[in-house]
Amino acid sequence: MDYLIGWLVLLPLLGAGVLLTGGRRLDRTGHWIGTVLAGSSFVVAAVLFFDMLGRSGEDRALHSTAFTWISVGSFKADVAFQLDQLSMTFALLITGVGTLIHIYSIGYMEHDERRRRFFGYLNLFLAAMLLLVLADNYLLLYVGWEGVGLASYLLIGFWQHKPSAATAAKKAFIVNRVGDVGLSIAIMLMFTTFGTFTFGPVLGAVDGAGEGVLTGIGLMLLLAACGKSAQVPLQSWLGDAMEGPTPVSALIHAATMVTAGVYLITRSGAIFDAAPTAQVAVVTVGAVTLLFGAIVGCAKDDIKKALAGSTMSQIGYMVMAAGLGPIGYVFAIMHLVTHGFFKAGLFLGAGSVMHGMNDEVDMRKYGALRKYMPVTFVTFGLGYLAIIGFPGLSGFFSKDKIIEAAFAKGGTEGWILGGAALLGAGITAFYMTRVMLMTFFGEKRWEPDAEGHEPHPHESPKSMTIPMVVLAFGSVFAGFLFSWNEAFVKWLEPVTSFEEAHPPMGAAAVTGATMVVMLLGVGLAWAMYGRRPVPSVAPRASWLTRAARRDLLQDDFNHVALVLPGEYLTRGLVYVDHKGVDGVVNGTAAAVGGLSGRMRRLQNGYVRSYAVSMLAGTAVLVAATLLMRGVA
Amino acid sequence: MNPVNYLYLSALLFTIGAAGVLIRRNAIIVFMCVELMLNAANLAFVTFSRMHGNLDGQIIAFFTMVVAAAEVVVGLAIIVTIFRSRHSASVDDASLMKL
Repeated sequence: MDYLIGWLVLLPLLGAGVLLTGGRRLDRTGHWIGTVLAGSSFVVAAVLFFDMLGRSGEDRALHSTAFTWISVGSFKADVAFQLDQLSMTFALLITGVGTLIHIYSIGYMEHDERRRRFFGYLNLFLAAMLLLVLADNYLLLYVGWEGVGLASYLLIGFWQHKPSAATAAKKAFIVNRVGDVGLSIAIMLMFTTFGTFTFGPVLGAVDGAGEGVLTGIGLMLLLAACGKSAQVPLQSWLGDAMEGPTPVSALIHAATMVTAGVYLITRSGAIFDAAPTAQVAVVTVGAVTLLFGAIVGCAKDDIKKALAGSTMSQIGYMVMAAGLGPIGYVFAIMHLVTHGFFKAGLFLGAGSVMHGMNDEVDMRKYGALRKYMPVTFVTFGLGYLAIIGFPGLSGFFSKDKIIEAAFAKGGTEGWILGGAALLGAGITAFYMTRVMLMTFFGEKRWEPDAEGHEPHPHESPKSMTIPMVVLAFGSVFAGFLFSWNEAFVKWLEPVTSFEEAHPPMGAAAVTGATMVVMLLGVGLAWAMYGRRPVPSVAPRASWLTRAARRDLLQDDFNHVALVLPGEYLTRGLVYVDHKGVDGVVNGTAAAVGGLSGRMRRLQNGYVRSYAVSMLAGTAVLVAATLLMRGVA
Repeated sequence: MNPVNYLYLSALLFTIGAAGVLIRRNAIIVFMCVELMLNAANLAFVTFSRMHGNLDGQIIAFFTMVVAAAEVVVGLAIIVTIFRSRHSASVDDASLMKL
């Protein structure tokens, strides 16, 4: 079966190649080609999955070497794939949710004349992400990592005629580059320490390496994860990435891209387990981000940006869980998968709402849409219940486990992390209820768009609603299925290792506290946005709300802390270059030129003056010769 | 007679020749002074030959004469040509090569 692994990557890559080089003759069929290839990649993943289920826990991992990529002396890099339970989970999520998003995009992008190219990029995105999770070494993972960065750049900036989209794409790319530097340094450190970058040997040799080096590798890997997964301090690109078409947001937030950082940390778990300092950094980043994203999500009126804040926060949960060590890895991935379902569903729902509302994104101009978009309302509503952790839905099972694991960390650290996670759950309930109430309840606050068209909300076409329905099923049942008989834990345990978490106050108390906090969040949101009418222009609010509307000043911070010093440095360097470097060069040239001008006057054309100089020269030579003889 | 006196004479002649080359403008005079310098050198060679008691200096003197004869041919030809084109034999007038 192992020869099939390469096809997982190859099929969408083939799609990208065909669609991007095929030209206009594929305009009418391109979206079908892209969707079918993504779908067949999912079929391959499913076949491999059932094949894997047929083997016992330890024998499930498959390896397949496609070809030798680089071979220089003793250095050898293979294009080789590793399909274990962790990769399998990701492959199914990426191809499954990815295919649904392809289907959705057929309807969503119907009137876009560059739809073929869009599907080409989507396929490229899937191929890069699959390469990332299927690689059996860090170098090949890096290729996929960069591929994801490229595809996200192309897709966020897909509507490149809008300057804001072009800028957002550049911002995402540049911020990601910072993380990429971390990953490349981590890979170099690994190579100098272990002499290889294949997962097995590297992670197996961790015990023999010094803690200092491992901490360095861990921190660099964390930097990489921060870039891709939009964690503090590299989170600023995620909100702006909403400039891309909505299916892209769904793809980035649910199935690809932001999950890459969580994958990287979980995959490198052995390194983090041996480097406690790096682990502390990981949980700190996760806890800070989960609150940061949640607070930003509360203040945004743009439905997509509110969801983006939510993604940041949920990924923060996953990163924190991954930083907790063996008690958290499994639940980080479990939350990642359930989040993949409900967040994709929520984004596709948001896209469906925008589709019906003339691309209006301001929730203050929605309201009362539940009667006009029943399918969107129900699927979005189920996603909403799943994300706030309503008992029985998938978010409940995964998030609750993460909060338990955070408390189980023990000591003050456990209380801080658990408290942050619990608070985050409350804020999540608040902002998601706010989104729900502002969009689907209350009274109509619709306004005509810039060209004066009154919105006529209507349900989206079947190609858009069917993926939403499928994802809603996932949002409802995934968590239950995963937790049934601890299926997910048993599934991942051979790869990530697992320890039962025992929170000091007992699991039931944590669950109860989570429920209470969630209900408080929902109640507060209802009091603020359900009982009272929502003003259609954002009222002036407290300083915290205003800061949150500006993404908690992340861009201002980056501007002051990085952009301005960078500009000053550049200006200084330009000054030094002009006055110093150019000054020396130009000064030398001027000196040589001036001296030559003087010397030229010696050439006056008079034979007699030449004769004088010859005579003088001879006299000097003779004198020198005599003098030297005298000295000798 | 002490042969060193010939060397003094040679040095005197050479100095007169060199001064003439540097000071005079007329090409013919300059040319003659060049000849004077060559012959001063010849005199020195011959004197040295006498002083050292071998024939090396005299042989060199013959070489010098041959070269001088060839040089006279070429030099006079150049001077005549310059005189024909510029109606002057002044060396300072022939300064077209300068920038």
